[in-house]
Amino acid sequence: MDIQIESLSKWYGPQKAVDDISFSVKTGEILGFLGPNGAGKTTTMKMITNYIAIGEGDIIVGGTSVKTDPEFIKSHIGYLPENNPLYLDMPVIDYLEFCALLQGVSKAQLGERIREMVRKCGLDAEKHKKIGELSKGYRQRVGLAQAMIHDPEILILDEPTTGLDPNQIVEIRKLIREIGQAKTVILSTHILPEVEATCDRILIINQGKIVADGTASTLRKQAQGQEIVKAKIEDTSANEALEALKKLPSVEQATYFNSHQDQFEIQGKPDASPARDIFKLCVEKGWILTELTPIETKLEDIFRDLTVN
Amino acid sequence: MRTIWIITQRELQTFFDSLIAYILLVAFLGFSGFFTWLYGSDVFFVGQASLQSFFSIAYWTLFFFIPALTMRMLAEEKRAGTIELLLTKAVTDRQLVIGKFLACLLLIVIALLFTLPYYFTINSLGEVDHGAIWCGYLGLILMSAVYISIGVFTSSTTNNQIVAFLGALFIGLFFHIIFDVLASSFTGTMGEVFSTLSLSTHYESLTRGVIDTKDLIYFFSLIVLGIVLSEVSLSKRNLV
Repeated sequence: MDIQIESLSKWYGPQKAVDDISFSVKTGEILGFLGPNGAGKTTTMKMITNYIAIGEGDIIVGGTSVKTDPEFIKSHIGYLPENNPLYLDMPVIDYLEFCALLQGVSKAQLGERIREMVRKCGLDAEKHKKIGELSKGYRQRVGLAQAMIHDPEILILDEPTTGLDPNQIVEIRKLIREIGQAKTVILSTHILPEVEATCDRILIINQGKIVADGTASTLRKQAQGQEIVKAKIEDTSANEALEALKKLPSVEQATYFNSHQDQFEIQGKPDASPARDIFKLCVEKGWILTELTPIETKLEDIFRDLTVN
Repeated sequence: MRTIWIITQRELQTFFDSLIAYILLVAFLGFSGFFTWLYGSDVFFVGQASLQSFFSIAYWTLFFFIPALTMRMLAEEKRAGTIELLLTKAVTDRQLVIGKFLACLLLIVIALLFTLPYYFTINSLGEVDHGAIWCGYLGLILMSAVYISIGVFTSSTTNNQIVAFLGALFIGLFFHIIFDVLASSFTGTMGEVFSTLSLSTHYESLTRGVIDTKDLIYFFSLIVLGIVLSEVSLSKRNLV
């Protein structure tokens, strides 16, 4: 099922929480929703899941507008809310059963679905405990299990890996990737490496507006514009090498890398790649090139650039 | 309908998993039993085989117990955030409110079922007006339904259980006694209006064994009003 969001806006009193955003997510795509606190991520998710009414614009899920048939849409969405609210006094199994029944899972399939979720989310050892007795990581798994219990077409996860230990994070990411192959997934997070590890596409939102949309690599290109490489050159004096590097036609700027005398940071001109020229220069002069690595802008930097005002 | 029943079942389960249901049952049966059989103007002084004294005791005990039962219904869900979980599943606001309402009502009905031995006892003591007793039970159930719907409403307006409890008592008090008092101190149209608004007027006519459409309309309109207002108050989350 595809999700299509058309010029969606939402006010909280005088404050515009979501400001005319439009995007679409296709089946088999995992969309990472990024943004600083208060950017409007959760508000958007709440509107997609029909918890709060939309302001202006429209959300169309699988060809149905939220305005016409919210119940149909709700039954096809699995949602893990922020802070993962749960009924702490219910045993895990009872809770999963309750959620499954509410989402219209038939009595015949009930047992099988619950067993599958317990297995997938690694809840086997804890399944008879009350949710209130579980640790945070296990509660998070219960939250994920209830979101996926009815095998929804769409999965919306608000910070799914908070509170999990590194092993669990890897497992949950794997699980999300697996699910994402056939389903539509939107997940929000603050953890930037997580987005790179799990998402096909990244959407950065700031002050209610979309500021970036694309895969991690396209975002990098956009942010960087120019290629930056790190080179380590031996068998020459530092000054001589630096001067020669600066003179290369494809090089815009060359500096020492962290003030090491034999390492250089070289920034290429727009649309030119300095790596080949550097190699040729070294061959020509008989210098030894021991390292040549492209420096990637970190996602953190892109995120900061786009969201710090 | 299926959704409502699932919610009702879960709520009932919660009542019986926690101590709430047992405390309610023991306290309700204890109070009403004590005042009906052992103390004051109990059944043995009335001089006729009637449960009238039980009905007037239950009229008060239920009035106090019901807000304690309803106060957590929506307030707790709002505080814990689990309401978001429920309403993003295939559940409408109305189904949620009605499900909660029914759960409370069923618990009260269960409590009343345990008082059926009173009826059998009285029955063995003398000639009983069966109609009046069944009407009395109907009256208690309808009265409980009214207070439950008021309680669910006050619970939907806040995320603090104490506020929900006191709010329900406060609103309930008007219907329970204040309108009645006002009715007796006013004459003419005003008196009529207050006496029509007073729940005790309608309750008493039911316990006497008279089923009047006027009374039924009164009870059902208050129940529906409470449920609709709860729904409206839940949907306020869209406006914030």
